[in-house]
Amino acid sequence: MSDAKKFMYINRKAPYGTVYAWESLEVVLIGAAFEQDVSLAFVDDGVYQLMKGQDTTEVGIKNFSPTYSALGDYEVNKIYIEKESLEARGLTLDDLQHLVWEDEDEDWAEKDSIRVVTSAELAELFEEQDVVLSF
Amino acid sequence: MGIEVNGKVLEVDEEGYLADLNTWEPEVANVMAKLDDTELNENHWEVINFLREYYEEYQIAPAVRVLTKAIGKKLGKDKGNSKYLYELFPYGPGKQACKYAGLPKPTGCV
Repeated sequence: MSDAKKFMYINRKAPYGTVYAWESLEVVLIGAAFEQDVSLAFVDDGVYQLMKGQDTTEVGIKNFSPTYSALGDYEVNKIYIEKESLEARGLTLDDLQHLVWEDEDEDWAEKDSIRVVTSAELAELFEEQDVVLSF
Repeated sequence: MGIEVNGKVLEVDEEGYLADLNTWEPEVANVMAKLDDTELNENHWEVINFLREYYEEYQIAPAVRVLTKAIGKKLGKDKGNSKYLYELFPYGPGKQACKYAGLPKPTGCV
């Protein structure tokens, strides 16, 4: 797969109130069919997209947070969370969904998809990408 | 547009997908299959039920590649391959099985 490009999707906004979060997730799932090297970054209010226990009953919008758990099935298993954004909102990794993927080559062993990275580390990751899409 | 199921008319879109997935009942799949000149057997139902469970859990209809892999994991390699699934659903396992299951067209299906 030498022609695979590195795609990174940056998610910056809270999940509901605008369409960005859901649109981004749909694009990621559609794009995953093209077998590119895909990673996701969650920064600023985007970290709220992965919060556990979301309930949208009162706002009348579909709760799409369970869909993030399907990313592993789509072989999207590099999910970066910016440490500073998490801390600024008083959140820790425990407040977020536990996202995993299953390694077919290791008898479906479950592996963590989420990695917490600093702003500086994230900047380096941006640098490595062929395509960066910001939502 | 609509299809008649157990005396009720259920709305479907121009491609035959159910407009409201909450109106689904097993007979919907039988009626849709009949329109495609297909008789559903237990192998079809295995896939249809799998898709409904997948949607329940993840809120999306999986892409065919994801479906194939997931079926392989759950029901065994002899079923988790394109040949087997296309024989069951010649119009495409993603599209046709999702339609019978009352789900929207799979995300990533054009």
